[in-house]
Amino acid sequence: MGAPHDAPDMGQLVEAVREWLERDVMPGTEGRLSFHARVAANMLKIVERELAVAPEHEARHGERLATLGVSDDTELAAAIRTGALDHRIEEVRAVVRDSVLDKLAVANPRYVQ
Amino acid sequence: MPSAPAPETSTELRVELASILGAEHIDDLTRLSGGASRETWRFRADGRPLVVQRQRGGDERDMSVEARVLRAVTASGAPLAELVASGVGASGASYIVSAAVEGETIARKILRDDRFASAREHLPAQLGEALARIHTIDPDGIDGVVDVDQLELYRVVLDEFGAPHPAFELAFRWLEDHRPPPTRRTLVHGDFRLGNVMVDEHGLRAVLDWELVHAGDPMEDLGWLCVRAWRFGGQGPVAGLGRYEQLFEAYEAESGLRVDPEVVHWWEVLGTLKWGIMCIGQAETHLSGRARSHELAAIGRRVCENEYDLFLALEGRW
Repeated sequence: MGAPHDAPDMGQLVEAVREWLERDVMPGTEGRLSFHARVAANMLKIVERELAVAPEHEARHGERLATLGVSDDTELAAAIRTGALDHRIEEVRAVVRDSVLDKLAVANPRYVQ
Repeated sequence: MPSAPAPETSTELRVELASILGAEHIDDLTRLSGGASRETWRFRADGRPLVVQRQRGGDERDMSVEARVLRAVTASGAPLAELVASGVGASGASYIVSAAVEGETIARKILRDDRFASAREHLPAQLGEALARIHTIDPDGIDGVVDVDQLELYRVVLDEFGAPHPAFELAFRWLEDHRPPPTRRTLVHGDFRLGNVMVDEHGLRAVLDWELVHAGDPMEDLGWLCVRAWRFGGQGPVAGLGRYEQLFEAYEAESGLRVDPEVVHWWEVLGTLKWGIMCIGQAETHLSGRARSHELAAIGRRVCENEYDLFLALEGRW
């Protein structure tokens, strides 16, 4: 993956920076700076998770939207707003719910009960 | 987090505060928070601990309105930091000076630290009583208090971001279809939750952060207090530490009015949607360059937490 580029790949580069933030910066600082280092480390975790699943999530999202006859979230949002998909509203809710769960799996997997 | 003030700002402010308060000594001037237009400082005037909030330029949230609101709230008996002075200083910045109240505002500490164990037992009822007192205030008696339909406002805000979210559209549809008739029209705090109240070992000391005060349905404040984001990981629906019944019973006892849980639930759903839209706004503040900050950027990826919370809040109610 990532030819012609050398190792480390994108995920490994981000992982290395995240480990440094967690190992050295967070314990070596206090107050606002330490908190901001934690925020930064969490952001890099999001990037690591997204790099791992992005192609799968994108394909899955496209398939979900296709079942409703829309091509992206903008079209789906408009259809919900105008009522154009009201006759299939339970399917719409299931599609939206599945997309939200995919977003959370990347942004904050622990949030899901 | 306190930070060292720039020397010129600090000197200018010291002179201004001495003049406003007729004080000889202004000491221990420490900046507590600061945004693009509004900042908060802590200091001592001839030994007395005080807090000043000041605002530069013509912000739409006029501090003179806030000062009039604080006077009305003082009369209502809701716990408040004593208002010491307000007006427009020689620098052109408007200001409000209040007594400094000791305690904690950070929600995670209030929810988890041993020293607040007793406070946590009392807070749901104390928050309900404070809201009941705030809601005795007639907003029409205070010049300049705005009255904006919250549902329409956030429809416009989301559309202006140009970031369509199907989950938010589902929520808008539900809110429009299930909107309850207004209960009453009172003063509404607008951001009543942990983080915006001062708490000590005994519980609620003062209601802070009145920037979003407006006229409207008082049930908005009860719903907002129960939004899942404002539970900060705590278990109880009321501010992460209490049951709905604790809040409603205290509110009813103080106000003599019945609370309809279904109406509060509608406002909780709207509050969840509002905070989701505000998260888009926080990321936008970074992305547009108005304030570059990785902390603001990260909040953009919290939008889906609110989408998830909307599904939780509407489960079995669609």
